[in-house]
Amino acid sequence: MPRGPDGDHGVVSHPTSLPRRATRARRGRVLGGVCRGIAEHLGWPVEAVRAAFLVSVLAGGFGLVLYAAYWAWLPIDDSDDSSAEPSTEGRDLAGVLGLGALAVGVVLLLSTRGVDVTGSWSVPLLLVAVGVAVLWRQSDDGRRAALLADVGASARVTTQTAVRRSVPRILLGLALVLLGVLGVLASQGDLAASLRGLAAALLALAGLALVLLPFVLGWWRDLAAERRARIRSEERAEIAAQVHDSVLQTLTLIQRSAHDPDEVTRLARSEERALRRWLYAPVGDPGATIVAALETEIADVESTYACVVELVHVGDVARDDRVDALVAAAREAVVNAAKHAGGTVSVYVECGETGVEVFVRDRGQGFDPDAVPEDRLGLRESVHARMARVGGSVRVRSEPGSGTEVSLALPAPLGVRSWT
Amino acid sequence: MSDLPDHDRVERGGAAALRVVLVDDHRLFRAGVRSEIGGRVDVVGEAGDVDEAIAVIHHTRPDVVLLDVHLPGGGGRAVLDSCTADLPEVRFLALSVSDAADDVIGVVRGGARGYVTKAISADDLVDAVRRVADGDAVFSPRLAGFVLDAFSTGTVAEDADEALDSLSPREREVMRLIARGYTYREVAKDLVLSVKTVETHVSAVLRKLQLSNRHELAKWAAARHLV
Repeated sequence: MPRGPDGDHGVVSHPTSLPRRATRARRGRVLGGVCRGIAEHLGWPVEAVRAAFLVSVLAGGFGLVLYAAYWAWLPIDDSDDSSAEPSTEGRDLAGVLGLGALAVGVVLLLSTRGVDVTGSWSVPLLLVAVGVAVLWRQSDDGRRAALLADVGASARVTTQTAVRRSVPRILLGLALVLLGVLGVLASQGDLAASLRGLAAALLALAGLALVLLPFVLGWWRDLAAERRARIRSEERAEIAAQVHDSVLQTLTLIQRSAHDPDEVTRLARSEERALRRWLYAPVGDPGATIVAALETEIADVESTYACVVELVHVGDVARDDRVDALVAAAREAVVNAAKHAGGTVSVYVECGETGVEVFVRDRGQGFDPDAVPEDRLGLRESVHARMARVGGSVRVRSEPGSGTEVSLALPAPLGVRSWT
Repeated sequence: MSDLPDHDRVERGGAAALRVVLVDDHRLFRAGVRSEIGGRVDVVGEAGDVDEAIAVIHHTRPDVVLLDVHLPGGGGRAVLDSCTADLPEVRFLALSVSDAADDVIGVVRGGARGYVTKAISADDLVDAVRRVADGDAVFSPRLAGFVLDAFSTGTVAEDADEALDSLSPREREVMRLIARGYTYREVAKDLVLSVKTVETHVSAVLRKLQLSNRHELAKWAAARHLV
């Protein structure tokens, strides 16, 4: 067998408070995990259990029946954490090889014991056994995928892989079983009669399926309804968490600072922004465009300086180093407006084919740009120099009494995205 | 719920105070607006849902209706649909907390002559009401941004009327300045126009916004803001 000695993780510590139940192992199994499961339950070495089963299989086949029964009745061990799961690729091949080797071994053994291997009922029966083993193993894998999906980590990938793999295996198993059944029938009489018998059996099965169909469908619907209900309640829990974390907290803070109008405005504004983002957030990567970046910066300035900034945008562009410089310069302009003018600051962004323009306008006292001493102009370094470095331009318009407007222009090339 | 006009509090200037109906499903908000602008306009009625609003507007025939975009019973659009045909002299100004373009464009195309956000100051709101009553349009910076966005691309409906489906260079300039936060007076000064001319341009844009068949306007919601 391709698998190396795996007794090294044979000792499993069970939680002492729970009654111990025998389970089938998900790790370190060769066929269905029966031997390992029993070994772990009894605390015996797994090799001893396997040997015992092999001996009992050879001694009249009783072990085969016993193994099948255990496989059917023992539940899969669901306590294993999924991270301990080894890569499934290698184990798959190992499992198939193991099954093949077992089959060949049994056939050889039967032939040495004088059983007529060819032509008798034994080969078809073996085919049935192998087919059943493949099918059962597949059902184990399906359930394990479901268990992993419940755990959540990389669940989609696991489930998809499982589904992709399961179809050929199920077909193979069915074909083997069918072939085996045909073989058994053929060995007992003529093939035509056995085919007729098979047809009759299939008809009976179809009839049974028809009878059971409503029950199965109803059961399926119940399951789906339960699933939907669970999803809904999870959504509700998420909304409740959001409301609790943000809205209720903010309301508490507002009540506590009711004496401070600026603080109340700031809190209400930041909460409004958070809620809006949560409700109307556009799909896609947040922060990947100039508008998203400006929204973040503006939110920061608003909460720092307790002012209101209104952002209007036409179009949007992806961020790069130049756009980031523009955003940083715009932030400085907004901070200036918030510090010196207060009130409402208007920010307008227009992204076109020729470039991006940002306008930051306040309604403060205004000033005469020429009258401000060279060394005191905060705009000089933070805004002008930033824009100059990336090939942009700055224009400041201000008149005493009518507010100030800072215009920033960044010419193309830019990754312009149309608004659709 | 048609309240009696509170004549004592109305400051009457040279002309009669404008008669205004408030439509909003939040009673507290209506009370707030009433106390803020009640001294300068004549609030002749209030309504909290669509049916009430239709009844009050037909009964009082106000100059201006301040209309919330989101209302139980069909939204502001339903009120517009059942009032604009019977009462062409009643003007509507949309008031909303929503920034979603489909809400705004919806009520404007339904017949509202402007859109302002609920964060607007009392002075600006009274100005906007006066402007709407005079038959002009009221554009917030955000609505101007929506318009520029909608009219910025080249795709138009097949059998489009050219004039309706694009902005003139002047109209575009006016819209850009409004989007930048300029008042009509500041726009006029910047472009060396009269305020009246600016108002004419804005009204022309409103007409295009209401009548154009541009795909952008019809499909705005699906394309842009609805996830």
